[in-house]
Amino acid sequence: MLRIENLSKRFDSKIVLDSVSLEANDGENLVIFGRSGTGKSVLLKCIVRLLEPDNGKIFIQDIDVLSLKIKELNELRKQIGFLFQSAALYDSMSVRHNLEFPLVRNFNFTPEEREEKIISVLEKVSLLDAIDKMPSELSGGMRKRVGLARAIITEPKLMLYDEPTTGLDPITSKEISMLILELQRSLKMTSVVVTHDLLCAEIIADRAIMLNEGKIIFEGSLEEMTTSNDEFLIKFFKHEILNKSETSNA
Amino acid sequence: MARKKLSYSYQLSLEKRLTDFFIMLAGLWTFSAQFFKYVFVPPYEIYEIRKHMNELGIKTFPIVSVTGFIIGLVVAMQTQPVLARFGAESNLPGAVGISIVRELGPVITALIFAGRVSSGIGAELGSMRVTEQIDAMEVGAINPFKFLVVTRIFACTFILPVLTIYVIFISLFGAYVAVLLVQNMTFEFYLGSVLKSVEFGDAIPGILKTFVFGFIVGVVGSYKGYTTTNGTEGVGKASTTAVVVSSLLILIFDMILVKITLWLWPTV
Repeated sequence: MLRIENLSKRFDSKIVLDSVSLEANDGENLVIFGRSGTGKSVLLKCIVRLLEPDNGKIFIQDIDVLSLKIKELNELRKQIGFLFQSAALYDSMSVRHNLEFPLVRNFNFTPEEREEKIISVLEKVSLLDAIDKMPSELSGGMRKRVGLARAIITEPKLMLYDEPTTGLDPITSKEISMLILELQRSLKMTSVVVTHDLLCAEIIADRAIMLNEGKIIFEGSLEEMTTSNDEFLIKFFKHEILNKSETSNA
Repeated sequence: MARKKLSYSYQLSLEKRLTDFFIMLAGLWTFSAQFFKYVFVPPYEIYEIRKHMNELGIKTFPIVSVTGFIIGLVVAMQTQPVLARFGAESNLPGAVGISIVRELGPVITALIFAGRVSSGIGAELGSMRVTEQIDAMEVGAINPFKFLVVTRIFACTFILPVLTIYVIFISLFGAYVAVLLVQNMTFEFYLGSVLKSVEFGDAIPGILKTFVFGFIVGVVGSYKGYTTTNGTEGVGKASTTAVVVSSLLILIFDMILVKITLWLWPTV
């Protein structure tokens, strides 16, 4: 589904991505770990061309993303869902209009079909009651759920998650992770999840990648990663496991 | 040594400011060009344009009403003793009318509009930028420039002339109140004197230039907001600089347009 070859990106003199290559197979949940500022979000933004990489290739369903013209790119973007770290809900629109917006713009659904889809995705994220609320009236977890509903309403084939559980309490975080897994299974999407939340990764990851200083330093199953003897991985997961145990004790 | 360092850092900051200034000019130019590229391409976003005209224009009516009335009143009060000195008090309605229609009405309305609207657009688009809402639109295969920027520039361009015509009438009424304080004149006679003095060449260029001013307010506010960086601090900065730059550009373009008007209609 997704193939990245030797992707590089720098901002001024700082190299953020250094020849990154990876693959996400059809229906797979790929989790990308890494410290803050190691280029995880930049990688996701390069995939949808919110940022233009300096070098390398990106293929989605064997289409060379970087060679596409804007019209072709937009056609491809209709098949991609993106959950932003902040959920990025449109402030001036209600939940209903946030969900309706991509449907009205990009698809020829009748008003009845649109309404049906809106209700169906809101039921999936258990937020049907919030249909007429404004984003400012929602909690952090609710915003993430609505963001998720908006991303999946177009039934994308590839779903990109930028730190879906950041800033949420452990219970909501687990709920969101379970929801991501459930949606991925029911909609059979390929997912790329950027996170440093081990609990979230344990729930959803089929495979995991560790990014450090712009390079992939480990690729394998989550179990292999957490039990590796690599010094950096031990340090990274020791901290995460501590966090996790503190959370469970709490 | 310290003085040398200070002068070096001052030079650097001056260099940076100049670079930023030219980058901004290039950005405004690109934004204007992009506006004309997208404005004629469907969908025309009529609903959004109407919404912005209401938000940006109709809600500006109260403030321009008060300002327009006071400006008319003050101009008439200031002009009256000067004309009285030359025994030309009867020319007061005409003199005030010409200055309001030709210059004060359009420019004052544009400056108030810039203060209220340009900063509002800058802050709104700026916060959309830093909270990734603009990115979300782009990823959702929606052209954010067309949806957010073109609609706002269009609304500003066409609502400012309407506001200006309204302000001109309110200012003329304010001036009538000032005239009433010193002379016993009926409103019909006052209006007749104004209309006798104000010619086509006074009114049309004054109104036409507000299309340019409205366009400036829309472009500058949108540009500053759309290109916001550095989080919430950047949003505040975008909002403030949008007002400063659009007000300055309004005055510069006013100067140019007055010159062009005088060249096109030399008898005016």
